[in-house]
Amino acid sequence: MSEAAASAHADHGHHEPAGFWSHYVFSTDHKMIGRQFLFLGLFMLIIGGTLAMLIRWQLAWPETEVPGMGWVPEPTMYEGIIPPNTYNMLFTMHATIMIFFVVMPVMVGGFGNFLIPIMIGAKDMAFPLLNMLSFWVGAVAGVIMVASFFVVGGAAAGGWTSYTPLTGDAVFTGVNWGINLWVLSLFVLAFSSLMGSINYITTVINMRAPGMTYFRMPLSIWSLFITAILLLLALPVLTAALGMLFFDRVFATNFFLPAGGMPLLWQHLFWFFGHPEVYILVLPAMGVTSDILSVFSRKPIFGYRAMAYSMIAIAFLSWIVWGHHMFLSGMNPLLGTAFMLTTMVIAVPSAIKTFNWLGTLWGGSIRFTVPLLFAIGFVSNFVIGGLSGIFMASTPVDIFIHDTYFIVAHFHYVVAGIIFAMFAAIYFWFPKMFGRMMNSTWGIVHFIGTYIFFNLTFFPMHFLGVGGHMRRIYNPMQYEYLEQFGDMNVFITISAFLLAISQIPFIVNFVWSLFAGEKASENPWEANTLEWSAPSPPPHGNFATTPQVYRGPYEYSVPGVEEDWLPQDRPLGAAAATGH
Amino acid sequence: MAREATARSSSGDGVETLAHASAFGGGPPPPSQAEPVISNARLGLMMFIGAEVMFFAGLIGAFLVLRLSSEVWPPPAQPRLPVWITGFNTVVLLCSGLAMHRASLAARLRDRLRLSGWLLATAVLGALFLCIQGYEWVRLIGFGLTMRSGLYGSTFYALIGLHGLHVLGALVWVGVVWFLARQGSYASDQAAGVELCAMYWMFVVALWPVLYGLVYLY
Ligand code: HEM
Ligand SMILES: [Cu+2]
Repeated sequence: MSEAAASAHADHGHHEPAGFWSHYVFSTDHKMIGRQFLFLGLFMLIIGGTLAMLIRWQLAWPETEVPGMGWVPEPTMYEGIIPPNTYNMLFTMHATIMIFFVVMPVMVGGFGNFLIPIMIGAKDMAFPLLNMLSFWVGAVAGVIMVASFFVVGGAAAGGWTSYTPLTGDAVFTGVNWGINLWVLSLFVLAFSSLMGSINYITTVINMRAPGMTYFRMPLSIWSLFITAILLLLALPVLTAALGMLFFDRVFATNFFLPAGGMPLLWQHLFWFFGHPEVYILVLPAMGVTSDILSVFSRKPIFGYRAMAYSMIAIAFLSWIVWGHHMFLSGMNPLLGTAFMLTTMVIAVPSAIKTFNWLGTLWGGSIRFTVPLLFAIGFVSNFVIGGLSGIFMASTPVDIFIHDTYFIVAHFHYVVAGIIFAMFAAIYFWFPKMFGRMMNSTWGIVHFIGTYIFFNLTFFPMHFLGVGGHMRRIYNPMQYEYLEQFGDMNVFITISAFLLAISQIPFIVNFVWSLFAGEKASENPWEANTLEWSAPSPPPHGNFATTPQVYRGPYEYSVPGVEEDWLPQDRPLGAAAATGH
Repeated sequence: MAREATARSSSGDGVETLAHASAFGGGPPPPSQAEPVISNARLGLMMFIGAEVMFFAGLIGAFLVLRLSSEVWPPPAQPRLPVWITGFNTVVLLCSGLAMHRASLAARLRDRLRLSGWLLATAVLGALFLCIQGYEWVRLIGFGLTMRSGLYGSTFYALIGLHGLHVLGALVWVGVVWFLARQGSYASDQAAGVELCAMYWMFVVALWPVLYGLVYLY
């Protein structure tokens, strides 16, 4: 090691905080904050998943006693039987937690924090203190959301979309403080996201290592960068709407109530935020998938620039498609047609991405590792969810399937499909995050169970939907024409339980590997991006010396190079030759 | 799976010394790490203002939708908004923007006396703006226009009140910067602290005429 490098090492060594609190709790290190977000999200995934199981029980065996739930006090449950109000609460909180406290913390908060600085060759974020605040404010939002289960009247029960007038006044849902806390929690979360997104954007623009041009950034970074821009601009609109909703509920104003106000306005504001939001959820998943596919195909990503440009196109288009959630709201049909067209257009960049993923795999020397399997799982789910999206985008079809289980099937293929990308990313970066490998045999078991039961759970929902099975319905057996679906509902529920059980290998593997996994080398996957030239796990400050970047991130199987990978920071040619 | 990165470790030592060498044959020489065009703090504040713009865009959008779908506006039997006094108040706030502009010029010239003088002027004008607005609010409430008197009242108090809160926050910031400027904090090397504050102040000032035009005049 040269003297300069050694002294640089000593130099950043003494910044490292030593105490437990400043190291593990109030850390300003982007890697620790990333891990904190990851743990927060995984913990909330358990809560959100449990709620889903309760929903499924009720749909398969309506109004029977849920095993092991006898202890829940009335009026939440009656000796283990779920009453209608509670059912509404279950699906509302399930979705809210999954979206705002699982996918966002893990993909944007967790991997965003962990990857952005290290993949662009920076020592840390542009504003480390703001970064720490972002996590803790987000954690407070999570506490408020969970606390809302315990107030009188229970947690929010107006759907995660919280449509007015249903949620505009406590008399309609019977939930007063639950929805107030729901609003408050998301309001607080908005500040967390604001701080995070300001940090991400500034870091990507200003902190890239020498040689790391925009078009040498890995697609994970591109996706997180664009996500941060969407977050920055979309969330304030939700915040404004939440503010008005709060006024309606607490100060008896009439923004969204029929008495003088306009209930439909909420839908416009919510979905103006909401559609960019679904891309906030899915773009990071697309980014990490692109990276992982390229690494394990040992091939450059197919159409790197097209991938980046299609994400930019998605970011622009996502602002003008919100009306596709409102085709049946009594909107002007002409406007509906316009939204239908913009929605069809946004399918184009999404399709480009899908074909490029396939093009990346095509002809590669594929290494079937656990991250690759999950990444392919994400792609295959995204194809199914994307195709059902086209059905829904065309207004004549949507009139028929709106608010049915077809919609539930669709958004689980895309939104819950993100969980596959999440697992891919966890298996892939676990060695870098924690310095140990996860067990791959158990990883494969986890993948097979998850993939099979995910599809057995969600695919039949398409049939339910086309058969007229409404979404958000307490007891489908009340309807004669739905009785024929009783067996299918039981089938789906059993699959869902098996899907949950399939997560046990993951949990065991994760915890076991944290403490006893095989020690990971610097670059176990033989990948190119900068994080793999730092130690596993990287020290405070990441790199001994600021890396110099010579090329793009996807130089796999380059002719004339001995190995089939070529790190971004390795010099080639004469300079390298004299170096040896 | 955990195949050792053999080639990597064999060249590991060389890479470090080469970190500063130029890349022969590795394509064009990589651009060196130049100073960023816009500093982190300034960029961060620009993002923050961008988010604020979207926040107010949401509110203004809601206001316009509600207002355009009402048959009569302002509703009969509701007090009119004080157009003239608020017009005067608009001038007050614009003047404070001007004062802030002079303050940041003074900061760039390292003119400590002028700097704190103009900052004080900014703060006083800003405070005057809030006082006049507070006085108007008291009168309007006296006339019976409250948050609950229909959309007219709720949109008015929401939009104008949230802007007022932003002015208040910005005012505190100006106060802090003024205090620091008097102590000579910005004398030596950096005017950045003043410029950031000025940027945010300009944002709350520039937002006001839009709101005045929409809520009071339109
Ligand atoms: C563990 C597997 C999961 C199962 C078995 C499951 C099951 C369900 C069920 C049964 C519903 C209620 C549908 C209705 O009657 O309206 C639902 C709603 C929903 N789920 Fe999931 N879910 C799972 C995972 C996820 C994940 C990971 C996400 C998001 C990241 C998610 C997002 C949603 C959303 C947005 C709703 C709509 C709630 C509403 O209508 O307000 N789900 N889910
Ligand atoms: Cu949408």
